[in-house]
Amino acid sequence: MATLQEKIAKICPAATVAEVDGAPMITVDEAHWHDLAKALRDDEDLSMDYLVTIVGYDHVDTMGCVYYLMSTRHNTNLGVTVAATGDRTQPMLHSVTDLWNIAGLYEREVFDFFGIIFINNPDMRRLFLSIDWKGYPLRKDYDASPNINPVPVDNERQSDFTQSWVEGPDGKVEEKQLEVFGPDDFVVNIGPQHPATHGVLRFRTAVDGETIKKIDVYMGYIHRGIEKLCETQGYPQTLHYLDRMDYFSALNYHHGLCILYERAAGIEISRRAQVIRVMMDELSRIASHCLFMGTFCMDLGATSMLFYTLRVREQILDILERTCGARMTFNYDCVGGVMQDLDANFQHDVKELLKVLPANIKEYNKVFVGNVIAKNRMEGVGVLSREDAISYGVTGPNGRASGWACDIRKWRPYSIYPELQFDEITRTEGDSMARFKVRLAEIEQSARILEQLVDNIPEGEYLVKVPKVLKLPVGQWFQLVEGCRGVFGMHLESDGGTKPARLKFATPSLPAAGVVDHLTRGEKIADLITIGGSMDYIVPDMDR
Amino acid sequence: MEVTAQGVPYEAFKDNEYIESLVKELQENGTNVVVGSLDKLINWGRSNSLWPLTFATSCCGIEFVSLGAARYDMARFGWEVARSSPRQADFIMVAGTIVHRMAPVLRRLYDQMAEPKYVIATGACAVSGGPFRNSYHVVQGVDQIIPVDVYLPGCPPRPEAMIYAIMQLSRKVKVERFFGGVNRQQKQQEFLREHPVEGVNDKAQFNSETVAEAEKQA
Repeated sequence: MATLQEKIAKICPAATVAEVDGAPMITVDEAHWHDLAKALRDDEDLSMDYLVTIVGYDHVDTMGCVYYLMSTRHNTNLGVTVAATGDRTQPMLHSVTDLWNIAGLYEREVFDFFGIIFINNPDMRRLFLSIDWKGYPLRKDYDASPNINPVPVDNERQSDFTQSWVEGPDGKVEEKQLEVFGPDDFVVNIGPQHPATHGVLRFRTAVDGETIKKIDVYMGYIHRGIEKLCETQGYPQTLHYLDRMDYFSALNYHHGLCILYERAAGIEISRRAQVIRVMMDELSRIASHCLFMGTFCMDLGATSMLFYTLRVREQILDILERTCGARMTFNYDCVGGVMQDLDANFQHDVKELLKVLPANIKEYNKVFVGNVIAKNRMEGVGVLSREDAISYGVTGPNGRASGWACDIRKWRPYSIYPELQFDEITRTEGDSMARFKVRLAEIEQSARILEQLVDNIPEGEYLVKVPKVLKLPVGQWFQLVEGCRGVFGMHLESDGGTKPARLKFATPSLPAAGVVDHLTRGEKIADLITIGGSMDYIVPDMDR
Repeated sequence: MEVTAQGVPYEAFKDNEYIESLVKELQENGTNVVVGSLDKLINWGRSNSLWPLTFATSCCGIEFVSLGAARYDMARFGWEVARSSPRQADFIMVAGTIVHRMAPVLRRLYDQMAEPKYVIATGACAVSGGPFRNSYHVVQGVDQIIPVDVYLPGCPPRPEAMIYAIMQLSRKVKVERFFGGVNRQQKQQEFLREHPVEGVNDKAQFNSETVAEAEKQA
């Protein structure tokens, strides 16, 4: 901490360093922000090469952003708070798109929600809401009256242009209009209603013959404004929205937010609850990867694979249902432990599952991985290098397929993961086949974790007593967990009340979709389905 | 009249009063023997091969996938032919939340489907907005955009519930009048008048008055 303080003081004397939630939080004014960001990324001792997320905030008198950065080399993390200049009509910040590739997308999200303009970002369109949307929904003074923004009946207005605020050499900022697609581009529209986009995602694809020139990923077809809704709900109530973001990682996400609240409120949970939570996480990871394999192979034309993989998934859903009471949207983890105790047959059911898993994995390998058609369609298609994976923030099995060891369970262990024996699967190829194989191998590792725990579930209470109305002290917290698709980050700001003042979710699906443009350029349009499918993004997860 | 579907006993259905009132209403003026018999035959065929549109926005869509897989196997009832094109589908299962940006798209998909067409609002979000009802960007029930035939609550509904909902739809299809009823051809002119497209003057093609008006404006 002291060395970091000296280091920052040397790089940028205007910055101050404080400790927030156990990690350094740098506060810097807008004028020095871009230089500091460049130094944080390029400095040998800091080397903050992974931008976790950008959190916009509105404190009524000031607006700005919190940047969360991590170093993949030194395993350190820090936050940077930057207040925007200008008044509420046009707050401005300097863009860091030139330093981290994913920043462009995150800045568009902040612009959409808060109206903060990022100078020098080449593409400052709204991300989730339509061009004609009035107001910025996550501002505290936003008027949500349906008369201002009624449900549209006409088709959405489309534009081939985007605006950008560019800083000239004399420091003057000017608004410019730039082209997304030129007049000579041949643009094919794919989605939002398309069986191979895995939900309501839309690609505007400029093609030259069969070769993709550029893809404009168009999101927001399932944007439900979860972050705004959370600000109107009590802390325990906010949990149930997480079931509906990435519905395959429902338990993992719940686990993360519960850890965050428990840390903020100073609640210790029993070991039994911790073991149950981890077992549930791993069960849902297997179920999620199974469904991925089924739908991905179906995209490639191998329909029968879906039936093989859903066989295992249904078995897991039965186990979860007997304990949690639902097949999806479990709402099982809660602050202080879990909702109810395990089913009497839980251990027996898990053992039965572990018995049949190896044979199933063998079958998947036999049917699909060695298949010559699958090999031709997947090997060498959509190669993502390790540097790009980090710069685009592509985590989870996708990042690990590119050789980036980004598993939060190993990197930033939480709950009882440090005690467990399991391997982090990484590959070096970075193509679609590698992404498939990583997931297949992760099923084996999840089964290994379950094997270690199934006979060692300690006795004890599953839920400690917590106050019905949870009140958190004033402060700011940040928590990372490993969902089924990668790093899931949560930023909580509390004003001492019973509702979060700001709750931001950084989901792994948004970068996974954001990188599609980079991956597909120069590839054939038929490979778009392979690449998109192998990224395994969940559209409600990226739109929130 | 006991209307059943897919061999399920009549007593197993929960809202028989509704279907009975529907039958009564349809038979009030009597039915022609020939047309009525033909109706019965055609409806028997239609109700046993309802083709869904592959349409899902969120969680409910995953349960729909489970419905298609081996365990719940909707192929047993003739519903497995999920079409990706609205022009080939008989009904649309609105599986998931519909938000502002999606609303015109859903409307267009519905318009593209061929008559007779049906809608099942699947899950709490499609029925009323569900847990997201208070959001700034969520449509509070798809019945604000398109007419709904069957409401299916649940978050998400279990595959068994989906089977029940499609069976209810299948019962409705069975009692309908096909001739002179649901198979009516919408006149192109009438359709275009009701669905104006921005920047295109459809009316001008059909109505001499509006042609003159348009010329005057030009």
